Amino acid sequence: MIQATHLTKRFGSLAAITDVSFDVERGEIVGFLGPNGAGKSTTMRILCGVFPPTSGRAMVAGYDVVADSLRARSVVGYFPERVALYLDMTVREYLRYVAEMKGIASARRRAAIDYAIGSCGVGHVAQRLIGTLSKGYRQRVGIAQALVGEPRVLILDEPTAGLDPEQVAEVRRLIRNLRGERTVILSTHILPEVEATCDRVIIINRGRILAVDTPQNLNQRLRRTSQIHLEVGAAADAVAGRLRMVPGVLTVDPAPGAPDAVAAFIVTTEKDRDLRAVLAATITAAQWPLLELRPVTLSLEDIFLSLVADGERPIVVTHDEVSGRLSA
Amino acid sequence: MKFLVVCRRELRSYFSSYIAYVLLAIFLLLSGYFFYSDLIFFVLFGGYILPTGLWQYVFLDMRLCTLLVLPLLTMRLFAEEKKLGTIELLWTYPIRDGEIVIGKFLACWSFFVIMLLPTALNPLIFYRFYHFDLGPLLAAYLGIFLLGTAFIACGLFISSLTENQVISAMATYGILVFFWFLTWNEEVADQRIIQVLLHLSLFDHFYNFSRGVIDTQDIAFFALFVSFFLFLTLQSLGVRKWRGVR
Repeated sequence: MIQATHLTKRFGSLAAITDVSFDVERGEIVGFLGPNGAGKSTTMRILCGVFPPTSGRAMVAGYDVVADSLRARSVVGYFPERVALYLDMTVREYLRYVAEMKGIASARRRAAIDYAIGSCGVGHVAQRLIGTLSKGYRQRVGIAQALVGEPRVLILDEPTAGLDPEQVAEVRRLIRNLRGERTVILSTHILPEVEATCDRVIIINRGRILAVDTPQNLNQRLRRTSQIHLEVGAAADAVAGRLRMVPGVLTVDPAPGAPDAVAAFIVTTEKDRDLRAVLAATITAAQWPLLELRPVTLSLEDIFLSLVADGERPIVVTHDEVSGRLSA
Repeated sequence: MKFLVVCRRELRSYFSSYIAYVLLAIFLLLSGYFFYSDLIFFVLFGGYILPTGLWQYVFLDMRLCTLLVLPLLTMRLFAEEKKLGTIELLWTYPIRDGEIVIGKFLACWSFFVIMLLPTALNPLIFYRFYHFDLGPLLAAYLGIFLLGTAFIACGLFISSLTENQVISAMATYGILVFFWFLTWNEEVADQRIIQVLLHLSLFDHFYNFSRGVIDTQDIAFFALFVSFFLFLTLQSLGVRKWRGVR
């Protein structure tokens, strides 16, 4: 549904993205993961026809986004990172304007607007001025705007940024509901977000693609030197001594910020070995109270550090492999 | 026909804010007062020739009102969308840049016509008491209409350069007043240069209309002026293609 081949975009001497290539199949939800300034928005804007790439080619639903820009734009719904709406219109008026701009025939316009209002849960504020709505509702109106006309491709730039946890959950549910019907690209810098919603992840940093993989695989690959956070209600030295004897444990370091009465450690274990059960058994066998035991999840920064440090070649997983795994 | 969608939204945006009504009221108030005082002046000192007497005074004064009001109408056209960020979504809808330019231009233009129409009441009331020749009056109206159109095209272009509405309005005043004062003092420059400047001066081309003279040369000048600035606006929107969206 979306093919990006060797996209490069320069602004003056600054290269916003360099040689970005990826494919997205019909019905897939793909997450763009990367820190601010990584090139996520630039890539998305190229796909939406805001500006052309300096070199390379992008196709959306078979239309070239430069040569066939108007047709490509007519199958894409876009949600910009900076949600900007006309504050002096009511929600319904605004969506009507969007429907007209998208060239939806007047006979189908009402249904298109109602669909967008319904899917984003803005029915009870439809007659209110957008300027009087809260940030969460404006965000929803922004997503509704993208959904008007049921475009085949949705490109959502940080759709959950700045929302409270409940609203985040709602937006994610909304996106998951689109699975299968629409092709979705969404960008985020929050790892759990991709895990929660996406079939595939494209990790991008400093304008280059670092990895393309399923969220599950990515997590596994990144957990090669696993770390476990452990808290025990006993004397620290004794516990540390015992833990170091467990096979597979590499280092035992005191965890920062733990209360005095508690012995807290970061236990680093060998790659690909889940020692959680063994560690728990060791502690309980010594009759120490086990207060906490959890794997240390890697932050996005850690992922980049590890990907960049490994000097890894981009690993690309095709759609077939993904769907094979999903059905398995 | 997507430019009509843009045009309609701009127009409703004018009327949903108080600014439109305030500008409209002040424009009508000033032009009404000028008509009144010019009429008194004409009756006392002007003699008998309406076109070079009354109409010229009235429309040279109306030119001032137009100069005062139009940059305040054009300043927001692109600047506001840039400031709000709504312009980015505009780029992603299936609409050509040219249609956006025409839509916004048309909206401001329609507002200008709405502003201009009620001023016709003044000479119409006058007509009830004194049956004058309507031709020169219509010529003058054509002139002010063309002049305003030129102002709008210039203001639209300036608005596309900035996201600050005050800068947008001020720069438009700057350019328009410059075009006015171009020939203010004919002694400061060489006569040959003055001849060229005379051809470029917006207000010199307006002068004939205000006296009831329609010269195709003047019409051609305004048409050229308007298309030039509309073309520049279109180019200015294309800048995002190599400079990006903020």
